[in-house]
Amino acid sequence: MTHASKNTKRLEVTLETQLESVDLAESIVKRVSEEAGFGEDEIHRLGMAVREGIVNAYNYGNCQDRSKKITMIVELEPERMLVHIVDQGCGFNLDDVPDPLAEENLLRTSGRGIFLMRAFMDEFIVQRAPHGGAHVVLAKNLPPVK
Amino acid sequence: MALRGTCREVNDVAVIDFSGKITLGEGSAKLRKMIHETIESGHTKIVLNLEDVDYIDSSGIGELVGAYTTVRNASGELKLTNLTKRVRDILQITRLFTVFDVRPNEEDAVRSFR
Repeated sequence: MTHASKNTKRLEVTLETQLESVDLAESIVKRVSEEAGFGEDEIHRLGMAVREGIVNAYNYGNCQDRSKKITMIVELEPERMLVHIVDQGCGFNLDDVPDPLAEENLLRTSGRGIFLMRAFMDEFIVQRAPHGGAHVVLAKNLPPVK
Repeated sequence: MALRGTCREVNDVAVIDFSGKITLGEGSAKLRKMIHETIESGHTKIVLNLEDVDYIDSSGIGELVGAYTTVRNASGELKLTNLTKRVRDILQITRLFTVFDVRPNEEDAVRSFR
């Protein structure tokens, strides 16, 4: 981990567009979360949220194209932890994502990843990366210091 | 832990005991495969015992939904039992608790078939 600023620690990882990257990203974030003082349940939720973000980058962003990369940046600020997930796809519009809780969508076999990220994180932001891919930002407030 | 599943019969009900994670990749594929095999073997009453499944992601949830639809389309019934807290929580926040027939234990699940 590097120090992006005096009070922020930063870890940047370049992931291959392959299934193994999902588990790897999740384990990295869970390890950082544990160091940041999160409890077991929060660590699990953080890991799940990142998992969903990496899966989306793998499936929908990079379309499983092994020549593309996924960038994950984990930042520990004094009061929150952020995870940035950037793919090399074409980006997406949140408004185009169907609501998985709507009656007509309940029996769909996909489409719950974004919902789960939102449910497990304090903030969920989608931006367009400079090269056009999706840049997802997941933020979680750190637990109070005991 | 990769997903493992074993199928056994209780009366005329197929009970599939799963253990591990139901996640994108092998886990999800394993679940799908076992459901199809169970239906092809002639079972229309199926219980998924998830007592030892402590992790499910959105892909795993998708496979459970797919299993529900597949069994229903085969004129069968699918029930879930022995959910861990984490799996239960996910099914509740995704509103799928209202879709699946979730039973507290295997005996109740087996007894509940019409």
